[in-house]
Amino acid sequence: MAEIVGAYFTSHVPAIGGAIHKGLQQDPYWKPFFDGFDKVHEWLAQVKPDVAIVFNNDHGLNFFLDKMPTFAVGAAHEYHNADEGWGLPLYKSFQGHTELSWHLIEHLVESEFDVTTCQKMLVDHALSIPFELAWPDVDAWPVKIVPFAINTVQHPLPSAKRCLALGRAVHEALKTWQGDERIVIIGTGGLSHQLDGERAGFINAEYDKFCLDNLSKDPDALTQHSIHEMVRLSGTQGVEILNWIAARGALGEAAASEIHRNYHIPISNTAAATLLLEPDALVGA
Amino acid sequence: MTAQQHPAPIEGTHLFDGIAAAKGFELNAMCYSFNEAANRAAFLADEDAYCARFNLTSDQREAVAKRDVLGMIAAGGNIYYLAKLAGIFGLNVQDVGALQTGKSVPEFKQFLLDQAQQIKQLEATHG
Repeated sequence: MAEIVGAYFTSHVPAIGGAIHKGLQQDPYWKPFFDGFDKVHEWLAQVKPDVAIVFNNDHGLNFFLDKMPTFAVGAAHEYHNADEGWGLPLYKSFQGHTELSWHLIEHLVESEFDVTTCQKMLVDHALSIPFELAWPDVDAWPVKIVPFAINTVQHPLPSAKRCLALGRAVHEALKTWQGDERIVIIGTGGLSHQLDGERAGFINAEYDKFCLDNLSKDPDALTQHSIHEMVRLSGTQGVEILNWIAARGALGEAAASEIHRNYHIPISNTAAATLLLEPDALVGA
Repeated sequence: MTAQQHPAPIEGTHLFDGIAAAKGFELNAMCYSFNEAANRAAFLADEDAYCARFNLTSDQREAVAKRDVLGMIAAGGNIYYLAKLAGIFGLNVQDVGALQTGKSVPEFKQFLLDQAQQIKQLEATHG
């Protein structure tokens, strides 16, 4: 019987990858952020996941604006990173879990989530950096992945309510999965930040706190804001919280417990956060 | 039309919607091409010729020539794609933030650092 061990959330600011590459974890600018991962490493060593379902967003590596799916699900044997154009180190590849991908896709479409399926999907820093942070110094990732890409780039974006429902549909699908894997749910991106426009540099700790405070016990509270309100509250790129909301949904409807939180301003232009949630009851098939 | 369908604009914020995506298609397509090193080199070797290949509009071409980030956004550029162009010039998101806000780069970086005060204010409010 498969088990959902919990959910891990973190920011995916590209500069984090640069800091890892240069070994700046103890540098005074970076230390408050990287110190938030000791607990993540300890937790992962304890819960030992072997599959990760990851909610993230593409930044113009896999998808161009000629075709922009709202919800895309990877169903590939392998996922590779590639040159994103600004000198980031090339990240390790990932092993897919195609049987689980198709199981989720079958259930999602049956549940009227008309997702785009991708047997080839490049993955960018939004997926790689959270893995580099979670499992530093490994030669190969210890988990197979099923990646979900949510459109957080081109409006109209899916609502917070829809993203939460998508995650919950993934949770329902996992209940009928016959495997015996230990599954970790991952949500990446955010928190509040804005890269573009005259308001560039906008950060809103109060809204971030609202999100962090409610994700464990009352994630539906995050669905009260329209996308427009979320942009106002969290910035044009702060809407990446949608990935966190979907991931929280995949943990199930029941309350979860927050077992770790780290929040730091700024990392690059971003309020950076790391969060671990565990389901209150053992969640299995 | 209800207020909800036309929410109040957000100051200093340009939503990248369908209208912007249509207007900016050529510019963003050029920026997307910069995922390949050979294309970045070709742009640097002959910027005019490279922009011509992508049929940039005159507004887009002018904004690129002037390194005018707000002009590129007004011409439909999306920041994720524009970041790839900025990378060619060796500019990171703080440089791009400074360009858009009229701050110097040190001022913009300090502006970001100063926002850590928000955490202290919240702790004071919520205990």
